[in-house]
Amino acid sequence: MVFLLLRRLVQTALILLGVAAITFLLLYALPADPARMIAGRSATAQTVANIRRELGLDQPLLVQFWSYLQGLFQGDLGRSYAQKTDVGALIAARLPATLILMAAGIAVEVVLGVFLGVLAAVRRGGFVDRFVMMASFVGVSAPQFVAALLLLYVFAVTLAWFPMSGFGTPAHVVLPALTLGVLGAGWYARMVRSAMIDVLNQDYVRTARAKGLSSARIIFRHALPNALLPIIAMIGIDIGQFMSGVVVVEAVYGWPGIGQLAWQAIQQVDIPIIMGVTLVSALAIVLGNLLADILAPLVDPRIRAR
Amino acid sequence: MEALKAMVRQPAALFGLIVVALVVFLAVAAPLIAPYSPDEQMFDGLTLEGAPLPPSAQFLLGTDTLGRDLFSRLLYGARTSLVIGLVANGIAVTIGLLIGILSGYMRGIVGGALMRFTDLMMAFPALLLAIVLAALLRPSLWIVAMVIALVNWVQVARIVYTETRGLVERDFILAERSLGAGHGRILFHHILPHLIPTAIVWGTLGIATTVLLEATLSFLGIGVQPPTPSWGNIIFESQSYFQAAPWLVFIPGAVILLTALSFNLVGDALRDILDPTQRGRG
Repeated sequence: MVFLLLRRLVQTALILLGVAAITFLLLYALPADPARMIAGRSATAQTVANIRRELGLDQPLLVQFWSYLQGLFQGDLGRSYAQKTDVGALIAARLPATLILMAAGIAVEVVLGVFLGVLAAVRRGGFVDRFVMMASFVGVSAPQFVAALLLLYVFAVTLAWFPMSGFGTPAHVVLPALTLGVLGAGWYARMVRSAMIDVLNQDYVRTARAKGLSSARIIFRHALPNALLPIIAMIGIDIGQFMSGVVVVEAVYGWPGIGQLAWQAIQQVDIPIIMGVTLVSALAIVLGNLLADILAPLVDPRIRAR
Repeated sequence: MEALKAMVRQPAALFGLIVVALVVFLAVAAPLIAPYSPDEQMFDGLTLEGAPLPPSAQFLLGTDTLGRDLFSRLLYGARTSLVIGLVANGIAVTIGLLIGILSGYMRGIVGGALMRFTDLMMAFPALLLAIVLAALLRPSLWIVAMVIALVNWVQVARIVYTETRGLVERDFILAERSLGAGHGRILFHHILPHLIPTAIVWGTLGIATTVLLEATLSFLGIGVQPPTPSWGNIIFESQSYFQAAPWLVFIPGAVILLTALSFNLVGDALRDILDPTQRGRG
């Protein structure tokens, strides 16, 4: 187990290194010129050249990448071109908002998904079952920004139950979390449903029934815990996807997280921030998968035995 | 033909098939059906105060903030979405097939390196990458298609890799090899045909992903650029108006949803039909 963990940690470091290298290459190969962006439209060639030298952009690409890596190993993500501050500090300031949103979104997904999935599995072929099968497809086919605007229109504009945008009170988190959660819940429900159907057909469930246990006790105490394994794997994958997709939701709701930070940085060609957010997202993807791999044997002893 | 028959028997797949056919027809026949030019800013397309018009007999789905006919713009937008869907996804499936087959077939350094590269791309935040690339590249229709292809091939490669690994171990490949067949013959005559169902399924499912991604990029203003209509940029152009003119956001939104949903339903049905071992799974 310890050996496995160590190996995974080394793998994680290598993957992040690769992501850093590819992102770096891509960003510097693109036609957008950060020095010109900072200098502004009317700047002279001399000013642009000065800024370029100041940022170290006149160095060969490999030298730039090497100095970026040196910083990275010391936990230094570089300095923002536009805001002149430490990228690490900027991301650290924005990360809590994104994590709140992510946690709330995943909570909505899991609660709705498990509830609907169990209902669908217990009453196979019934209304909930058919609804779940359809909802899982609609959920993955709906554009997030349209769902966000729809929720805004119904609950913020028409009913005025929740604020349009912003951050601060629990009411602010409801609509963004629903946007993220409702669309994904269908797929969770589908997973829970098929896992539950497998479990409910097993002998020990029949034994429990034969003993005369109540349906509720069988479903929730005996069957459900064994059907939750796929959910753990899905949450692991989801953490990564959230980090990647958070730009859109944060843009619609004016949520001050790292997605918004990235979006502003993209428009200003603020490469250090784009690099930083990409790395944090990649880290989230890798950690999400790692978390799922670590949690799975803790939850399910059958995997531990293997 | 068999596949078509099997699909018609499932209501969900049939629904998807009909919508897909309808969208393709409307896109192809857009110039014949569209009541107005998609770019024409009509004098009577706005209220006296300059606000867009809600759906009416004259303008079936209403007009946008510049007084253009929404129905006509949606018809032409279908062309944009389908062209990007086919091009981007065609490229993504081709790259995915190529890398997947090679990494699955070749042992040693090359195969291993290709697979590590694919793993690396799996850890890449795909949507973020697409947004960064599209934003910094001065987007055009073709650039958007390339960006989408660049982030979408990874999943196909992963699946093709797993399938190829399974196929390589099979006896008929061993038999073929002992008969003296070269790598090219084994790859193209014996392995590739087995992967065609996978390519078809992902070719279909991928169009849904592509349509959504294009819409998302265009919604952020970094996808297909106006005045070329795309379902995403129609929403982008009118999102600040969505309280006063909700139809400008929700009609295109519904069109995107229906189209992506239909491609997903058809793709899922194809997976069931073409690969019996997957039938009835999650």
